[in-house]
Amino acid sequence: MPELTLRDLSVQGHRGPRLAPLDIPAEGVERLLPRERVRTEGPALPEISEPQVVRHFVNLSVLNHHIDRAIYPLGSCTMKYNPKLNDEVAQLQGLAAAHPLQPEELSQGAMAVIWELHGWLRAIMGMPAITTHPAAGAQCELTAILMARAYHGERGNPREEVIVPDSAHGTNPSTVNQVGYRVVTVPSGADGCVDIAALRRAVSEKTAALMLTNPNTLGIFERDVGEIARIAHGVGALLYLDGANLNAMVGLASPGAMEFDFAHINLHKTFSTPHGGGGPGGGVLCVREALEPFLPAPVLERAGDLYRWNHDRPRSVGRVHSYYGNFGILVRALCYLKSLGASGLAEVSREAILNANYLKARLRDAYEPSHPGYCMHEFVLSASRQKSRGVRALDLGKRLLDFGMHAPTTYFPLIVEEALMIEPTETETKASLDAFADALLAIDRETVEDPALVRNAPTRTPVRRLDEARAARNPAVTWRDLEAG
Amino acid sequence: MSFVGRSDAERRAMLECIGAKSIEELWGAIPADLMVRGALPVDPPLAEYEIARRFAEWGERNADANRYACFLGAGIYDHFIPAALRSLTARSEFATAYTPYQPEVSQGTLQAIFEYQSMICELTGMEVANASLYDGATACVEAAHLAAGATGRRIVLVSGGVHPHFREVLRTYASAGSFRVQEIPAERGATSAAAARKLLTPEVAALLWSQPSFEGIVEDGAALTDAAQGAGALSVAAADPVALALLKPPGHEGADIVVGEGQSMGVPMGYGGPLVGFFATRKSQIRRLPGRLAGATVDLDARRGYVLTLQTREQHIRRERATSNICTNQGLMALANAIHLALLGAGGMREVATQCLEKAHYLARRVSALPGVTLPHGDAPFFREFVIRLPGAASDFVRAAQAKRILAGVPLARFDRSRPRDLLVAVTEKRTREEMDGYVETLAEWSRGRAGSPLEEAACRS
Repeated sequence: MPELTLRDLSVQGHRGPRLAPLDIPAEGVERLLPRERVRTEGPALPEISEPQVVRHFVNLSVLNHHIDRAIYPLGSCTMKYNPKLNDEVAQLQGLAAAHPLQPEELSQGAMAVIWELHGWLRAIMGMPAITTHPAAGAQCELTAILMARAYHGERGNPREEVIVPDSAHGTNPSTVNQVGYRVVTVPSGADGCVDIAALRRAVSEKTAALMLTNPNTLGIFERDVGEIARIAHGVGALLYLDGANLNAMVGLASPGAMEFDFAHINLHKTFSTPHGGGGPGGGVLCVREALEPFLPAPVLERAGDLYRWNHDRPRSVGRVHSYYGNFGILVRALCYLKSLGASGLAEVSREAILNANYLKARLRDAYEPSHPGYCMHEFVLSASRQKSRGVRALDLGKRLLDFGMHAPTTYFPLIVEEALMIEPTETETKASLDAFADALLAIDRETVEDPALVRNAPTRTPVRRLDEARAARNPAVTWRDLEAG
Repeated sequence: MSFVGRSDAERRAMLECIGAKSIEELWGAIPADLMVRGALPVDPPLAEYEIARRFAEWGERNADANRYACFLGAGIYDHFIPAALRSLTARSEFATAYTPYQPEVSQGTLQAIFEYQSMICELTGMEVANASLYDGATACVEAAHLAAGATGRRIVLVSGGVHPHFREVLRTYASAGSFRVQEIPAERGATSAAAARKLLTPEVAALLWSQPSFEGIVEDGAALTDAAQGAGALSVAAADPVALALLKPPGHEGADIVVGEGQSMGVPMGYGGPLVGFFATRKSQIRRLPGRLAGATVDLDARRGYVLTLQTREQHIRRERATSNICTNQGLMALANAIHLALLGAGGMREVATQCLEKAHYLARRVSALPGVTLPHGDAPFFREFVIRLPGAASDFVRAAQAKRILAGVPLARFDRSRPRDLLVAVTEKRTREEMDGYVETLAEWSRGRAGSPLEEAACRS
């Protein structure tokens, strides 16, 4: 039975939590505001008592898959466990109820949190300068490409193109276009890495930047990253690390040593802050010294024991967030880092890589790996073999839902046919990986014995497959649309 | 601390299955000179109670709205947040889920987004709202992009009544060249429709205004929308959702896009983040909408269900031709908005807005009766925020009030150095008569002797 909407539950006259009565003499809205500025008809918000609202959202919540329930092996999304202490410290009133424009002398605790987080992240990345203003990875990309434009502009020519490998996330080309550059796509070679010869041909004095995901979205470390950096820097272009796959490098490899000019971090991936059903994320952008003057304003500084926001940054690209970024997410990430410490951080990528390789080994006979050999923290399988039995990657993912597990990322990267992109993360145990592998192996047998069962999956979920074409053809995006039929 | 559950025996068994002799073999592809040598130069791990203590100490070094009477606004407000909201948004099922790309196991998130979209449309008077954006500032940027695309024009005319930080973010994004920002100076804290009309040339894609304005003034939205549309530009309002419980929503006055900051609907001030931007427009613009959108449909058994729809607008499908580069949004904050609106409901939201209005006017009346204190915007209608002009530097009064545990307001010199005596004061439903009377007393004491004395023109940046 589908859950009713709030509109269905509304009963005229029901009320939720109340305010204290007005403790001053009331003037009346009509005396305080001109009549023509006042709503004649109140917003049609629901009228529901608190217990019913709580039940409604609890009943909705249990329809979700989530990381506290079972494995969530979405490639390039890094769905690792979100420690509970993170959320607890973020609720502390001194942090949660602080106003962003209260005087700096009364904000030193919040600023100290940001400062300390910056120190940890600079050490992990091996890069000298940092901002935590961007709200998410895509905004880091945008900030960096704006900075690249400003950097080249100062040298007399903002340039025209940004190079993006064909295995890149969609945010890369989309960002490039939004900053007014032309996207130049370079292909991957047979080994899954950037085709170096093609890259040499693609770069020129027009190239403003090159955006690289490392390891790439096939889960393969770009071993020629040194050469890639030389090629980019050889024409004066800047090298950007899309940090979506940073969970393969924490405490293991150093983006700074790889000569990246920019590197972004998704705190909601690598550093355990919750994904929240789509956000908020936490974006961090690390840059080399020469790019520091272009960082978004304001910049956090420390003088003696006092922190201050420096707004006087004439070469900055400007402000990218209403205040200072997703502060509550920064608090959680710092809490995670302090929990792990140096020894715990050393384990993150090592165990994530072990888990990915173990899963790949268990699955490689039934599913075609996109590339042979060891992978980093994730790997891509192709369901081409299963497709010949009439079952697509999409169906395999849906069938996994019947096993109480989440599907991998499907149909990405675009360069692999029927792609299943799997990232288990370090917080899954061997038993959990075995259960997942057993499920995918059982499903492979089903594709032989009863392919229709897989094609019709899922059947044990709150709803079955949904008609997406109908949703797009005649969009019903509000209660009013539903009522209008 | 470690969140890895692994015994040595398990590790050996896993390596054996892989066929690797050692774990190091697995990352042999990383060139040796790119490896981190030894341990990272960071601190050793701390136990939970050590960490909790450290963060508590940091918290105590901040002022917060529980230990201070908070009269700060300027886009972020200290509103009532029901306990039930905190309990619901903290649930693992909502907080630790990913973007609902597998709708069969994401109906909770998807229906919540659908209800959020519905209620944003009710508040703004619009027809379609997306699943959220980063914040109010970037929502304005997305509106600028939509308007430029829809009109084929490049100038975004921005009222000086729009939040100065929103204007700054617009200028940052405009440096990419897809639109150009031109400003209309505010007149007495609001937008002059006559001034706007003069600048509304055929190159203007949109007129961006704010309801209420940054300095609290209730704008004449109908006049601004008429001016914009009369020149073939879109009318874009950056609106406060609490105000919309009481004020005529821009959608009812014909606006094309209504965006804004949703923090005031159940999101903690949190030192300015995470926030949540909302974006609402007409159905006719649905294919230009930025970000995610939930839509209702049916499953194979004809049961109602929800999916992310019209995804061909988005970056993961359309890549460089997407309507926006946004991927991760502020989903959990949009959920908080939805729960907040459900808990407070039509009556509760109207009561919050009415109490803000009444209390703001009470305080404005009382402080402006003090010698030397004036309201520079005179009798212009305002909502929950207003500017007072003091007989001395506003930042000086802010410091004096701190000693009484009052956060007295945001000195406007922060945004405009030519206004050292102006203070922006916000009053929410949470402020009590006692706190407001204490404010008046503190200001009276501080003003005494200052009224009429020469003004110290000190730099007033707080």
